Amino acid sequence: MLSRVAQNIYWLARYLERAENTARLIIVSTHLQLDLPKAVRPGWTPLIAITGGDELYQNHYRGYSEADVVRFLINDERNPASILNSLKYARENARTMRDFLPRDGWELLNETYRRARSDAYQGIMQRSRYAYLSQLIQSIQALTGLFSGTMTHDAGYACLRIGRNLERADMTTRIIDVRSGSQLPDGTEWEPYEGVQWISVLRSMGAYQMFRRQTQQAVGWSSVLKFLFKDRQFPRAFAFCLSELAYELQALPNSEEQVAQAEELLERISQLDPEQLDPNGLHQLVDDLQLDLGLLHQAISQRYFTYQ
Amino acid sequence: MTIQWTHYQAPGMFDELIESGLPRPAAEALCRHFESLADEELDEQREAVEMAIRAMGITFTVYSQEEGSIDRAWPFDIIPRIIELKEWRQIEAGLVQRVKALNMFIDDLYHEQRIVKDGVFPGDLLKDSKNFRPECIGIDPPHRVWAHICGSDLVRDRDGTVYVLEDNLRVPSGVSYMLENREVMKRVLPEMFEDYSILPVDDYPTRLYATLAALSPRPVDFPEVVVLTPGIYNSAYFEHSYLAQQMGAELVEGSDLFVDDEDIVYMRTIGGPQRVDVIYRRIDDLFLDPEAFHPDSMLGVPGLLRAWRAGNVALANAPGAGVADDKVVYAYVPDAIRYYLNEEPILPNVPTYRCLYAEEREYVLEHLAELVVKPANESGGYGMLIGPQAGAAEIEQFRQLITADPRNYIAQPMLGLSTVPTLVGHDAKPRHVDLRPFILSGPSAYVTMGGLTRVALVEGSTVVNSSQGGGSKDTWIIDLEEEG
Repeated sequence: MLSRVAQNIYWLARYLERAENTARLIIVSTHLQLDLPKAVRPGWTPLIAITGGDELYQNHYRGYSEADVVRFLINDERNPASILNSLKYARENARTMRDFLPRDGWELLNETYRRARSDAYQGIMQRSRYAYLSQLIQSIQALTGLFSGTMTHDAGYACLRIGRNLERADMTTRIIDVRSGSQLPDGTEWEPYEGVQWISVLRSMGAYQMFRRQTQQAVGWSSVLKFLFKDRQFPRAFAFCLSELAYELQALPNSEEQVAQAEELLERISQLDPEQLDPNGLHQLVDDLQLDLGLLHQAISQRYFTYQ
Repeated sequence: MTIQWTHYQAPGMFDELIESGLPRPAAEALCRHFESLADEELDEQREAVEMAIRAMGITFTVYSQEEGSIDRAWPFDIIPRIIELKEWRQIEAGLVQRVKALNMFIDDLYHEQRIVKDGVFPGDLLKDSKNFRPECIGIDPPHRVWAHICGSDLVRDRDGTVYVLEDNLRVPSGVSYMLENREVMKRVLPEMFEDYSILPVDDYPTRLYATLAALSPRPVDFPEVVVLTPGIYNSAYFEHSYLAQQMGAELVEGSDLFVDDEDIVYMRTIGGPQRVDVIYRRIDDLFLDPEAFHPDSMLGVPGLLRAWRAGNVALANAPGAGVADDKVVYAYVPDAIRYYLNEEPILPNVPTYRCLYAEEREYVLEHLAELVVKPANESGGYGMLIGPQAGAAEIEQFRQLITADPRNYIAQPMLGLSTVPTLVGHDAKPRHVDLRPFILSGPSAYVTMGGLTRVALVEGSTVVNSSQGGGSKDTWIIDLEEEG
């Protein structure tokens, strides 16, 4: 398989996953705002920091109004990580390897991008936002299913899954980070809201139901973090993504180093005890994990995508 | 208002479907179908076509100065062009004959040049031919075939005669649209395919692959065949990708390939370098190899010509094949057929005046307002003069161009290109068409069943190029005898 194609398919998967998870991030944040009493609402500032767009945002906007932040994340062309740009890049990547993708996949991707662009205003208006974003998530899920069901599961498909799982692991840490940035003040009157917040986080990842079935524990700091970081069976949990990633890497030639790197990261997560984490520690952990994922990406790129 | 064929008129032209208000036998069922549709139903069908094209992502890329390169949806008309199988068999035989002679002609030019020595073809023409490549002299490509893939443009004049207008022997494009047009039609008019025996077109990719694989310099079961594209901004990128996909071949760009010290071509893969046997290249000669041609070409592969000359890789079409699709050389093709095959040409050439010869040039300069003037080496309908439609200034400009560089120009009478009914609003109007069949040459020859019918969507226009307001239609070869 051509290095260039491997690289394109890897990025196709990453951009699609990024678009989906950005949609999920916006949904969880919108719900958090609605669930919490006015006095303690975290506002929209953390969302920009989490997606890594602080400087860019400040160059173009004054203040963090809901409309501005959501527009920036959904359809601001100047934001390379906006949903529309992610879909556009995904489409551009797919365009350069149409011979490689199942035709239905290309058609659906085209249609998803076209609709996301023409209906973007629906995502910005609060009333239609949920419908717009969940439709988008569904389309991307459909694409995932289409790839899985109609593509040969060869090295190319491995690259697709590697890209998806790496991006997903990264975005899971970012979604968790929303929570670390919206800590409630001390005081018993806020306790009921603690659970509410966690439920929102789980729901945004489609994980609430699965969490319930898996753990039978109260929804709270340590049970949810344990689930989202360490679970090996829920597909958006960090450990699950990493073990998939390690598994798919083994399908590629000469991947020993990269596999070892992924497994090391898995080992660190399995040692993790969420009860020992305070909000600052959590934020720090998320930063570290994102850094490690960046290094893993570099190792994969150097091994498979660089031309020489 | 529904379509009424009795009102349909193509004055002075040969219409492919309708003769004096009545459908030709092969078009009968089709025409009945369209006249039975109410306006809303016509709109529905049109929308169904647009949706299919958009969903299938059939696009072509146009370059505009304001917008850079943009993807446009493929303009397609739902009323197909129909040719009876009996007539088609004749055309097919003519094409096979023509391409066979063309390949012998190219091979001769790069070897003994017998045709020049025997005084049939003036050797002087080669000296300033833009597509004659001295680098190719003495090379023996497999089967002595140079143009493995040829796209010849056919037109039908007022009296029904089919002429060859030009041969495209470099990187002819359009075949993917031929295949996709059929897919669109099957989606939107499935009932017609039940009623008619429409001969299928979809074995082309299989045939193309077989033609290419037969060129492999290594005797392996599964030679590595790749399609070499200039990249996503090329106007035919859609086609490059489509054909690679249909053949299961890698679609590569120049930067994906390299040539090692032993003149072997490799592609860069995730498992390391992998040897390449056959390259279906969709890049013009001069951009193929910066070592041999344009040193600043970013599209090509340094050393590719070396590897080809050494016989380590096959290139289709072979470099230098374009020498025979020069529009001046075109005028000699009937002579070449007689010379190499000792046969009369089955398909005629359009009468062609060669400005190179003083006598013919004088005639052209005197009759510019009646003639179509074409530069030798432009494609896509650029740089042409259509005399009867041109203003005095344009004619004057061409007079100077021809006088300055006579070898570069030919002129032909203005043909009355045949028409096919084309949907305009809720009615069918005659629009001019041509036809580009594709001919594969290898150990044996293959001609597509029909070809790509291109249509000039603008009333009265004869420019069918998609870059200049042209569209296309599905082409049905129908076996009437089988229907009975």
